[in-house]
Amino acid sequence: MFKFPARLVGAAVALTLAAATPVLAQQLELKLMAPAAPGGGWDQTARSMQQALVAAGVARSVQVTNVPGAGGSVGIAQFVNGAKGDGNQLMVNGFVMVGALAMNKSPVTLEQVTPIARLTEEIQVIVVPANSPIKTAQDLAAAVKADIAKVTFAGGSAGGVDHVMAALFAGAVGADAKKINYIPFSGGGESLAAILGGKVTAGISGMSEYEGQIKSGKLRAIGVTSEKRIAGSDIPTFKEQGIDLVIANWRSVVAPPGITPEQRKTLSDAVEKMVKSDAWKEILKQKGWEDAYLGGDAFADFLKKETVRVTDVLKSVGLVKS
Amino acid sequence: MMDTFAALAHGMAVAVQPMNLLYALIGVFLGTAVGVLPGIGPALTVALLLPVTYKLDPGGSLIMFAGIYYGGMYGGSTTAILINTPGESASMATALEGNKMAKAGRGGPALATSAIGSFVAGTIATIGLAFLAPWLVDFAVRFGPEDYFALMCVAFVTVSATFGDSPIRGLTSLFIGLTLGLVGIDKLTGQARLAFGVPELLDGVEVTTLAVGLFAVGEALYVASRRHHTEEKLEPVRGSLWMTKEDWKRSWKPWLRGTMFGFPIGALPAGGAEIPTFLSYSTEKRLTKYPEEFGKGAIEGVAGPEAANNASAAGTLVPLLTLGLPTSATAAMMLAGFQQYGLNPGPLLFAERPDLVWGLIASLFIANCMLLVLNLPLVGLWVRLLAIPQPWLYAGILVFATMGTIAAKPSVVELSMLAGFGVLGFLMRRFDFPIAPVVVGLILGPIAESQLRRALAISLGDPMTLLQSPISATLLGIALVALLAPFVLKGMGRFKANED
Repeated sequence: MFKFPARLVGAAVALTLAAATPVLAQQLELKLMAPAAPGGGWDQTARSMQQALVAAGVARSVQVTNVPGAGGSVGIAQFVNGAKGDGNQLMVNGFVMVGALAMNKSPVTLEQVTPIARLTEEIQVIVVPANSPIKTAQDLAAAVKADIAKVTFAGGSAGGVDHVMAALFAGAVGADAKKINYIPFSGGGESLAAILGGKVTAGISGMSEYEGQIKSGKLRAIGVTSEKRIAGSDIPTFKEQGIDLVIANWRSVVAPPGITPEQRKTLSDAVEKMVKSDAWKEILKQKGWEDAYLGGDAFADFLKKETVRVTDVLKSVGLVKS
Repeated sequence: MMDTFAALAHGMAVAVQPMNLLYALIGVFLGTAVGVLPGIGPALTVALLLPVTYKLDPGGSLIMFAGIYYGGMYGGSTTAILINTPGESASMATALEGNKMAKAGRGGPALATSAIGSFVAGTIATIGLAFLAPWLVDFAVRFGPEDYFALMCVAFVTVSATFGDSPIRGLTSLFIGLTLGLVGIDKLTGQARLAFGVPELLDGVEVTTLAVGLFAVGEALYVASRRHHTEEKLEPVRGSLWMTKEDWKRSWKPWLRGTMFGFPIGALPAGGAEIPTFLSYSTEKRLTKYPEEFGKGAIEGVAGPEAANNASAAGTLVPLLTLGLPTSATAAMMLAGFQQYGLNPGPLLFAERPDLVWGLIASLFIANCMLLVLNLPLVGLWVRLLAIPQPWLYAGILVFATMGTIAAKPSVVELSMLAGFGVLGFLMRRFDFPIAPVVVGLILGPIAESQLRRALAISLGDPMTLLQSPISATLLGIALVALLAPFVLKGMGRFKANED
């Protein structure tokens, strides 16, 4: 049976999409790296950008490449070394990469890339099984304060946003974050089973992962990590329950090091135009992503602050040796 | 129950619309095609097709994804049987006996029993999905880390049947696999183990890279090294191209038993497709009336694992549709497909969009029939592959294996690993070490380890948790019996012999 390698198929898809755009489109031909395997959040972000950039007429073609490995550590190393000074390349990244780079002692850091923009974020939630005696965030806080080792948190991979959030929660309620009993599962699916089965005290994940179970009443959401309540939702925030816990799983896009200010401006403008396009808004709606656009220097500042915050938390739980 | 029938009939009406039939056909064709190439699995295909299908209607594209999913399971076994290159880790058990059959000129019956077995298992499991999903999922959710660990213990004990004749050599192979399983970031603490500072190794060793390296590349090297000694005579077809009456008689029970392993374990959130295929293989090896044929091409060893493989694919859809729980990479992609249309699989999906759910289930039946129709006539064509002169065939296999590996992970390190595993496979063959336990160790070791540590973290370090859960206690009991039974039986046999 004759087969095309995946990359060719990807390129063919990109070409087909490109062919459908108006002739007026600019001559921008972008290469966009998703430093993860196909299917995950970064890959979906990259493929959505590909769709929106072309549909909005910002770029003539966008080619998505996948470089999976170690929470993006492999991808960013290749990006920083291989794409240096290339004004036609972009890479998707996000919260998880900050922790992964610190934990893997990566020689390449996010300080080396050129920040372009934050694109989306997902609000995090803490849930408990419907029959749990814990009803509010304060109940959970009391349990954590009484005996932190007995409160088991289920969530995603070690050092990821869920893990960082568990540590921040313990810190925010005045317990010793070092002692949290966090049980990492691969992917939200497995942790969901452990929560529904009552094997753990509480579960932490992105809102979309648990939405169905929350609506059907199998899980109780005791708090979300946004500043204000999510529109149309009656789940209280941690802030209004007196716990200072604001965090989101953000995703962003960066350019290689060593590009000129003009190149940076071209890329930033292109991304800004894409973010404002109807095609992008349509995709956000479909995927349930929150628009969290933050461009230019504001994003660069944010990236720096978030790196410090995450690294501190990971040090406090012993994942990163100082 | 009547409701289920009515809903299914309605779903059937959705699925047999000409456009939906076409989507199903495209799906199974693409799925079979990608399943054949090692490295490119159904998950990658669905990922690549997602942006393309976004303009199609939800029903149609989900039906297509289901076709790809089932098709991929079929395609993987074709290469496993013909050229000893499992397209996916789930078809590894098939390669053990299937390739031996192909070399003995029985490639036709091997492919046929795998196609028909997949059809039988897929159909039974899809019926199970339609009628048992709500009950099964309650059971599956109750499976905690300690229960998974106990299940792994059962698997370890029973798959020792794949160890060959010498337990010492088998255990040596197993420990190579377990060591390879340690490579990469530890799931529970995030610390790197045995990665030697190579970033590509942080994610661990890819099962398909190991399997393709050991099986295909290793074999190519071995054949090349023997070329001047004795030329192995390959006969593409000996006897009937189709299954004989005898083949049918020896296949139908393994099909059913394989289904019994595959469906429930596939429905477990961390069950997977590999464990049931190995369990099925070792069960067939124990139960067969022709134990002397195992290792030389026993049809039971193909029929059982293939059925288990496909039944687990249907099992995976149970948690996906009822809970929104994706338990395999492909299921995760299908979940992304659902979300693309603003649908959230989960407890509400059956109530909110019954047309879609039942249309999907109905189209699984249809995809199954299409796959049978697509695959059986191809059997005659496929076995001709074996008539290709050996040097050409093995050169082709090497190209094929390399291409698949690069396509899945374009990296020098990955390719070096493939070559390294190839040499390892060659040496193991040369010195008579069984190969399968290496892959078994790589698959089961990390799961067993992380589930045990999770169980202990939850119980605050109390090992009694392993016996307090009734599921876990039962499974550990089974493992113990399976471990001791051969010795006890042997002892009794000696006792009898002394009496005479």
